[in-house]
Amino acid sequence: MAKLKLAIYWAAACGGCDVAVLDVHEKILDIADAADILLWPVATDHKYADVEKMAPGSIDVCLFNGAVRNSENEHIAKMLREKSKVMVAFGSCAVSGGIPALANFKRREDILQRVYMDTPSTVNPEQVLPVTDCPVPEGVLHLPEFFGFVHSLNQVVEVDYYVPGCPPTAERIWEVVQAIATGNLPAAGATVGALDKSLCDECPREKSNKKIKRFYRSHEIIPDPQQCLLEQGLLCMGPVTRGGCGGQCISANMPCRGCYGPLPGVLDQGAKYISSIGAIIDARTPEEVKKILAGIADPAGTFYRFGMSTALLKGANR
Amino acid sequence: MNNFEPKIIGFLCNWCSYAGADLAGVSRLQYPANLRVVRVMCSGRVDPTFVFKALDVGADGVLIAGCHPGDCHYSDGNYNTMRRYPLMLQVLEQMGVDKRRVRLEWVSAAEGPQFAKIVNEFTEQIRRLGPFKKGELAERGAKVG
Ligand code: SF4
Ligand code: SF4
Repeated sequence: MAKLKLAIYWAAACGGCDVAVLDVHEKILDIADAADILLWPVATDHKYADVEKMAPGSIDVCLFNGAVRNSENEHIAKMLREKSKVMVAFGSCAVSGGIPALANFKRREDILQRVYMDTPSTVNPEQVLPVTDCPVPEGVLHLPEFFGFVHSLNQVVEVDYYVPGCPPTAERIWEVVQAIATGNLPAAGATVGALDKSLCDECPREKSNKKIKRFYRSHEIIPDPQQCLLEQGLLCMGPVTRGGCGGQCISANMPCRGCYGPLPGVLDQGAKYISSIGAIIDARTPEEVKKILAGIADPAGTFYRFGMSTALLKGANR
Repeated sequence: MNNFEPKIIGFLCNWCSYAGADLAGVSRLQYPANLRVVRVMCSGRVDPTFVFKALDVGADGVLIAGCHPGDCHYSDGNYNTMRRYPLMLQVLEQMGVDKRRVRLEWVSAAEGPQFAKIVNEFTEQIRRLGPFKKGELAERGAKVG
């Protein structure tokens, strides 16, 4: 069998997804055995120009991580889409915006103002802001355009498969690579490397009747390691999040943050979570409800931590 | 803005509020035709997704109406609504939506006039707010997020 031609790219990403691929440890040699890597900026020295010259469809599979935050991300996404037979949105940022898309709560102007003018460590008396074209004596310098909205990959190009996770766990990556290598893939558009049931379903913690009198932030409580974290007042996203991650946060006594995304058929993970939480708050009057809800510091940022690109209501942006 | 006819989606519970709307109808009480009613079995069935989706596809306002606390046909459903509603409003506001666009009311089967009054008032309020646009609060210069 011919070797699989593979590209791995990072757009608006933290590098965690690339590290997660390296985390398959010695199996990386098997990946290298099964695949020719044509582009992987974090690990190899291929140039964009090399990829540009390739004929459409030259790449079998592209694992694209990171959100699309600027015109360079968009350009490379389109180029890799053209060159790749199978495009995989890899990691929460590519799937639904991830952490970078939390910026969608703010407008572009507000972000630039904050970053280039207002932060305490900034000294910018001339009020310089990045521009796309900057004339200098030697010619014109170009910078990518900073978009007003952080996009998920499928808002920019067609995506064949989705692998959620921040980052996807190494075991799942290995399964996905094997599935691709053997052509053993589900119908296009599917989410792979995650389960169709909620994290609660595979969570080993003891569950009883959920009734919450008070919410805690992680630093305010050392939770019991056996009991369901939500029952102890921690905002665990397990009820509305796909399983398949192996429950790493849960086993570290930390609540699920929702990175594996909404369950199949759920349009909006945050809205579903409001629904779940509402059902278990132990209060019968609006005043009691208000008091208990005051314990939630940043509801939207918590419930949409990884999904602001694909949320139904899109924050400050349109 | 003068010609603006708000589109308002009303989720009314089968046992109280829908019957209240029905009573308003048979009593020939006037209320604006801006309200499009969706009958649900219980206000507790109104997943916040319904509200967000309604706004996403073009509603300018959403009314949720259920039985008074203590009167729920399923004993507890409207308490879920009562608890979800303020959390939903907080999230709406962080998302840049004016929270006056979403209203929760308790309307019994006997409260036809009350129902007509609520719809009249709410329609006027939405008319004043104008058409819904995503990110409207940020556009008006409010601090959101
Ligand atoms: S999904 Fe998580 S690990 Fe991957 S690039 Fe985004 S923030 Fe980093
Ligand atoms: S809410 Fe969290 S801790 Fe509780 S069962 Fe679900 S995943 Fe486990």
